[in-house]
Amino acid sequence: MSGYSVTEPSSTQKWVAGVLVIGYALITLMPLLWILATGFKSSADSIAYPPKVTFQPTLEGYVNLFTTQTRQTPEYLDAHPPQTWYEEIVHDKGMVIAGPSRFGERFMNSVIIGFGSTFLSVFLGTLAAYAFSRYRIPLKDDLLFFILSTRMMPPIAVAIPIFLMFRNLGLSDTHTGMILLYTAVNLSLSVWLLKGFIDEIPREYEEAALIDGYTRFQAFTKVVLPQAATGIAATAIFCLIFAWNEYAFAVLLTSGTAQTAPPFIPTIIGNGGQDWPAVAAGATLFLLPVMVFTILLRKHLLRGITFGAVRK
Amino acid sequence: MKKAHIFAAAMLAAVAAQPAAQARADDLTLCWAAWDPANALVELSKDFEAKTGHKMSFEFVPWPNFADRMLNELNSGGKLCDLMIGDSQWIGLGAEAGHYVKLNPFFEKEGISMGDFIPATVTGYAEWPKNTPNYWALPAYADVVGWTYRKDWFSEPELQAEFKEKYGRDLGVPKTLEELKDIATFFQGREIDGKTVYGAAIYTERGSEGITMGVTNALYNYGFKYENPDKPYDLQGYVNSKGAVAGLEFYKALYDCCTPPGSSDWYMSEDIDAYKSGQVALQMNFAFIWPGVNADPNVGGDKSGYFANPAGPDGHFAQLGGQGISVVSYSEHQDAALEYIKWFAQPDIQAKWTAAGGASAMRSVVEAPDFPDKTPFNKAFLESMAIVKDFWAEPSYASLLLSMQDRVHKYVIAGEGTAQEALDGLVADWTEVFQDDGKM
Amino acid sequence: MSGTTIDHVARATPPKVARRIKGLSDRAIAWIFVAPTIFLLLAINIFPLLWTIYLSFTNYRANRPNAEVKWIGTRNYERILGDADIWLTMQATAHFLFWTLVLQVLIGFALAWLINQKFKGNDLWTTIIVLPMMLSPAVVGNFWTFLYQPQIGLFNYVVAFFTGADPTSFTMIGDVSLAPWAIVIVDTWMWTPFVMLICLAGLRSIPESIYEAAECDRASKWRQFWTITVPMVLPFLMLAVLFRGIENFKMFDLVVQLTGGGPGNTTTLTSIDLKREAFEKWRTGYSSAYAIILFVTVFGLASIYVKALNKVKER
Repeated sequence: MSGYSVTEPSSTQKWVAGVLVIGYALITLMPLLWILATGFKSSADSIAYPPKVTFQPTLEGYVNLFTTQTRQTPEYLDAHPPQTWYEEIVHDKGMVIAGPSRFGERFMNSVIIGFGSTFLSVFLGTLAAYAFSRYRIPLKDDLLFFILSTRMMPPIAVAIPIFLMFRNLGLSDTHTGMILLYTAVNLSLSVWLLKGFIDEIPREYEEAALIDGYTRFQAFTKVVLPQAATGIAATAIFCLIFAWNEYAFAVLLTSGTAQTAPPFIPTIIGNGGQDWPAVAAGATLFLLPVMVFTILLRKHLLRGITFGAVRK
Repeated sequence: MKKAHIFAAAMLAAVAAQPAAQARADDLTLCWAAWDPANALVELSKDFEAKTGHKMSFEFVPWPNFADRMLNELNSGGKLCDLMIGDSQWIGLGAEAGHYVKLNPFFEKEGISMGDFIPATVTGYAEWPKNTPNYWALPAYADVVGWTYRKDWFSEPELQAEFKEKYGRDLGVPKTLEELKDIATFFQGREIDGKTVYGAAIYTERGSEGITMGVTNALYNYGFKYENPDKPYDLQGYVNSKGAVAGLEFYKALYDCCTPPGSSDWYMSEDIDAYKSGQVALQMNFAFIWPGVNADPNVGGDKSGYFANPAGPDGHFAQLGGQGISVVSYSEHQDAALEYIKWFAQPDIQAKWTAAGGASAMRSVVEAPDFPDKTPFNKAFLESMAIVKDFWAEPSYASLLLSMQDRVHKYVIAGEGTAQEALDGLVADWTEVFQDDGKM
Repeated sequence: MSGTTIDHVARATPPKVARRIKGLSDRAIAWIFVAPTIFLLLAINIFPLLWTIYLSFTNYRANRPNAEVKWIGTRNYERILGDADIWLTMQATAHFLFWTLVLQVLIGFALAWLINQKFKGNDLWTTIIVLPMMLSPAVVGNFWTFLYQPQIGLFNYVVAFFTGADPTSFTMIGDVSLAPWAIVIVDTWMWTPFVMLICLAGLRSIPESIYEAAECDRASKWRQFWTITVPMVLPFLMLAVLFRGIENFKMFDLVVQLTGGGPGNTTTLTSIDLKREAFEKWRTGYSSAYAIILFVTVFGLASIYVKALNKVKER
């Protein structure tokens, strides 16, 4: 027994597997790196033909992302020399900054709606999942399937009556409306995921707590919740990613006030054509928070994605 | 008694004065497409803010999403926009569904005359029903489809000689669509400055209105008509006339022979990208891009020229673009919004508007003697504005447009069926729409 | 530690009585916990669904609030089921669904198996591979239109580099025969990691002892793979397919940004068609019927599938 295991792959096997996986990862990474790189190109370099791999990096894309600009006459430009580095970038193109763009607002909307709906759906989902896991509820399986089935409806199909409902209730284009909507959509995911996690927590822990004199509710908050923390965190990430990336409802139900970033970013246009560096800059910034989350919690992601529906 | 009277009057005056005082500090939102002219309008509007004390906010949506977003906003009774620079085709819906405020009383009161504007823009942007003096907008931005070409390539002596040998005439601005196709064929696949270049960038976009705004430039000039001039909504034999079929076939031939690979879903911005990156000799696009092309470091100045859509065998028209500015009926700041229109309609503001990168439709601006030579493209603009024609502006324009997008894209880009089948299908689709609306 | 009176009393009391005295009854907790979820789903899913059913029998148009709403029976349904174009969008959806599932399952499983060989640094590379699925499909779809441009995009040049073909000789989203594959490629690029992660979880759930036992029985690696690995991962795989299947049946954002449904109607998936009817043509009644037909289809297929999944799980 010198640490040898029959199931341990040989070193050649590992080596080949490593090369293949890394090869795939590099290919899969290319579009993302291209987005990152395009964010630092000038608009001429971004649409260069053939595409440019090496280029002089510039922050033009980021400046364009955050500002609106107008073209000015050379006389005006001479009379108003640039004060800051970003004004200089714009100035060099014969334009001046007219004001901030809508990107900041849209980004904040994504934050508010994403976190708001994640909190609500995880909160409600945890309660429901616990009840489904521990209690005999009439028609339990039907209810669970009903909850899952709400996710099967194409968003566009539900959007018709929701559009009418929101119009009548004055919820169109509001943060409240979008938070409620995303919460409802995410509930199926959060209930199913969390039920799986809570099922895995042995009932004996609660029984012991009850014998120790805890109430059911205390047993839930003091024993089950801490045990399920990993699962709750993983669920939260999935809900957040959904809400963060959602497009169909956002494009149909929001406009000026509550519009999130996904419908906004593809529509960033600059001076004439689509401003690819600005689009890429927006995509990069939009992706970063989710990437950080993913990397921080990558261990739990793997566990979380089994959706609790399949037992080991 | 008298005292009480005065007191009551004072109270009344105070009550009446209050909303007026509020109105003086209104925060107005103007909705339009996100493009160069919109940024120019932001600058221009600072004058309005300074003069009236109102604050202007702007909501600009890029073209491919503009109609979707804004019609959605209007249909949901949204209060986001106080002023809407809506596309010309929305005027029927805006008027009939009650989205827009009728402007006739206001025009009369303020002495704004539609006679001061280019007649085609008044019909196109302001009137509903068409050709009646019922105004729902003030012409705000005059626009039309035209062409941009690489003047520097056209003036290469070698290319000129080769072209002359091949086609028996000089390489220059085309007078007919057939000539335009010859030029595009000539440049397609040619090696210039070490790069393969292509003939023309044309509109082919599927999702919103792109290919329709492009193909009509060929259809009109080959004899396509929207309806029987003597009998409204009579489509058979006009929409799918022999000329119309030939026009559609021409557009497909142009797409097949002379466009860059991958240009199957292109609209304004993709065409600009292709042109600015030096891929194409010719570019079809709305005139709004011309100031930007002229100022471009790579293709601007002497390198580019501009011309109006060339004639066809059966007519000489160009697709109208552009918009009027309307007051949204759901707005809570209608008075201030009207004030904005009043300010905007002043001749000196209109002159500044064109100078700043807008495009005034006011006759005093475009008929000024020095206007044609002020820029390299003003002449082409004037020629184009004289031959404009627009798509349906019916309340159901969206359904009509989607059918056309579908039928035309299927034939021109996907190559399914024949031109005759496509237009016959279009007649059937449009008939269904008008029947659903109870117009037939 | 637990020296308080309450704890003493609690310990002395039988558990069931303790629960009744100190807190809410089990039944009450169960209902309080479940009710908000059910209520929200009723308000935002079931009520709209019922409304849609009602609208589907009318000629209502949401952009003509003042027009009279007429009950027209099943005419909307007849029109939809008799419309050849809608069957074309169904075909486009089926093509997309089938090939994305096949590719994602094959590549996803293969990757998971390779990662499970536990080479050095496999955690890091797993995280990198997962990144695309974290992106917003709308933003990605939009950017891929740029990558797919034959002259200025990256995709054709990479293909050209590997195959030696001329990069401008083909156009992924403009060609009728390539466009359906263009959307399959992007979806596969994005969502293969999803299938991979679930497979990996499946692979890691297999106890080593089973392989050790098989090794004792001198079963070949190949045989172990087919008799142990595949059957044990199958339920996980089927679950991944269920979720991907439902998601891709509903596919809207990615494709609408990529191709807008073109060229012609080649990539007009049902959701894109439905969106045009509902929110561009504003034929609310008609599109409600369309929505119901879609919902019944997904629901039916998913129910059958879940039954099969449960059978596999029981084995």
